[in-house]
Amino acid sequence: MDNVITAIRVVPLEHYFFLSFLLFSIGMAGALLRRNIIIVIMCLELMLNSVNLLLVALSAFHGDPGGQVMVFFIMLVAAAEVTVGLAILVQLKRNADGVDINQLNRLKW
Amino acid sequence: MVSADLLATLVPALPLLGALSIGFGRRKLSANAAGGLATALVGLSFVCSLLLFFGHDGGTRIVHLFNWITVGTMHIPFAFQVDSLSLWMMLVVTGVGTLIHAYSIGYMHNDPRVATFFAQLNLFSFAMLLLVMGSNFLVTFIGWEGVGICSYLLIGFWYTNPEYNYAGRKAFVMNRIGDVGMVLAMALLFLQFGTLNYTEVSAQAANFSPGNPLLVGATLLLFLGATGKSAQLPLLTWLPDAMAGPTPVSALIHAATMVTAGIFLVVRSSVLFELAPYTQDIILWVGVATALFGATVGLFQNDIKKVLAYSTVSQLGYMFAALGVGAYSAGMFHVTTHAFFKALLFLGAGSVIHALGGEQDIRKMGGLKNTTRTTYLTFLIATLAIAGIPPLSGFFSKDGILASTFAQSPLAYAVLVFAAMLTALYMFRLLFLTFFGTYRGKAHPHESPAIMTVPLVVLAVLSAIGGALNIPHVFGGHEWLKQQLATAVEAVGAEHLALSASTEYLLMALSTALVVLTIWYAWTIYGKKTTLEGEPADMPLPKRLVAKRWMLDELYAAVFEKPYGWLSRAFFSVGETRLAVPLTAGTGKAAHSVAEWMRKLQSGNTSFYLFGMMLGVVVLLLFTLLSV
Repeated sequence: MDNVITAIRVVPLEHYFFLSFLLFSIGMAGALLRRNIIIVIMCLELMLNSVNLLLVALSAFHGDPGGQVMVFFIMLVAAAEVTVGLAILVQLKRNADGVDINQLNRLKW
Repeated sequence: MVSADLLATLVPALPLLGALSIGFGRRKLSANAAGGLATALVGLSFVCSLLLFFGHDGGTRIVHLFNWITVGTMHIPFAFQVDSLSLWMMLVVTGVGTLIHAYSIGYMHNDPRVATFFAQLNLFSFAMLLLVMGSNFLVTFIGWEGVGICSYLLIGFWYTNPEYNYAGRKAFVMNRIGDVGMVLAMALLFLQFGTLNYTEVSAQAANFSPGNPLLVGATLLLFLGATGKSAQLPLLTWLPDAMAGPTPVSALIHAATMVTAGIFLVVRSSVLFELAPYTQDIILWVGVATALFGATVGLFQNDIKKVLAYSTVSQLGYMFAALGVGAYSAGMFHVTTHAFFKALLFLGAGSVIHALGGEQDIRKMGGLKNTTRTTYLTFLIATLAIAGIPPLSGFFSKDGILASTFAQSPLAYAVLVFAAMLTALYMFRLLFLTFFGTYRGKAHPHESPAIMTVPLVVLAVLSAIGGALNIPHVFGGHEWLKQQLATAVEAVGAEHLALSASTEYLLMALSTALVVLTIWYAWTIYGKKTTLEGEPADMPLPKRLVAKRWMLDELYAAVFEKPYGWLSRAFFSVGETRLAVPLTAGTGKAAHSVAEWMRKLQSGNTSFYLFGMMLGVVVLLLFTLLSV
């Protein structure tokens, strides 16, 4: 365990911030801009994991295991979320033609 | 021996039981069963009152049933006060009430809603007993409102006739004006004394000096309540209209019992009134004015019941005049004798109406003394009694009032004597037109059944000998009723009037002689009359004014109704259409148009929602960062 922490500390903390921010932005841009639902869901996962990365890094630098615990919670929720997301995806594929997010437009007014 | 507390509880409980059982069983009970049950229960109540009366030791007994209201420092028990005053009223209410219930069995036997009628009549008896027995103002007030609602129900009993409904409503509204006075008086008394129990209020009031503004205010408000219930000026116009109800109702409510509630209230709080001489003066003159008003208007009425109604108004005026000079026992004595002879007059009128198949116009009567013999004889006794012919009951009670008034104010005495002459005139006009001369109608008169004539006879006996209750000292009596009431009523002021025996004889002789002269005058005008004066419109001016009831209804219409209508219409056109409608409907319209615009956001485009969500998160984040 200690050497993992040491390994993490080899890289300066700022770099983790930059990487995390970059990943989050890519995820957000993808989620907003892409029309394929599979890509949108993948982007959501990317955003979640960017936060995970930052949590692990901060946990190591501060010597606080609470950050790692939080990571497990997020992974659990992400797994549940992706299950539901993929189920909707399958239903969409079956009932509508294709996986375009703009097909989900009947809930209005 | 049943305990006195139980008896006192039974007195109002029995009529209530009757009202509930007959009311709920009205579809099952036959007319005679309902009437019999109602009569029996009120009769039993009368028996209980009698037992209580003869077991009474002269003191004041409070029968505590339960604590009704306990809020902060306010404790209002639900309790009855049994003393000589309430006992006397109980006897009158249940005694006369029983006779009228019995009479109603005969009078109402053809009515399809007879069971409802008896239920309401019993409910009325219950409310009236509550009124006279309550140990504090609030319990009395329940009864006060109870008789009001029963009066409304019974006046409008034949509700298919809109006129009758209006009459009921008028009675209700007029009474409501008086009730406001009573409620305010109670509030004032409670603020001052912290209690509404009669005994405690009376005890504390003794510490006040006479003419205390608070007491004057409270007593004036109480008297306003009394004018409403007892049909005094200015709140009297409902009583003549109340004749729309069935005749036994007129007898029970609008002659014998309910209208005496105001008198009772004043006598019950006599301690307060004694300390407010200003109020007493007002009571005296209101009473005198009402006595004169009723007597003059009564002269020109052609409806047999309307004549009696105005006569009631006039007689109530006498009672208030007595209260105004502090002659409480004289007032109560007149309440009692009036209950006898006025109930008899109304029941006799009912018998005549019954005999003629519903005819109430005395211009279409006449010559009935041979066809309805019992009714005629009893009616004659009642007429002599109300005119004040010795030795009938009315002579003693009216003379008591006149003597007391003379001691206080000779002017009031003179007006009252004049009103007494008018009383004799309109009553004998009624008697002659109804029973003498030749029959002018088309129906076939027949005497009423025994169930109706027996109460008449009983009441006639009471009207004849009722004066024995309170024979004045000048005739060697002991004023029994006055002594009975002395334990409950503060005997002060004019009760100890200092008239010498010779003055009293002279006054009696004077009023009796004037009344006899008036009767002779009435005979010369109406004794053998076959044609009658026409409608008020044909009369010369002063006569027409009186015949149209001094234009009192028209006055109220002009002073209150019309401005009220204007005010309502003004509020409708300004307040309602310009203010309330734009405000309320405008709010709805505004919300609707905002929603119409906002719902465009709900486009159904998932990407757009996602974008909105992100934007929201970013905004929240920025907000958090910047505000720290």
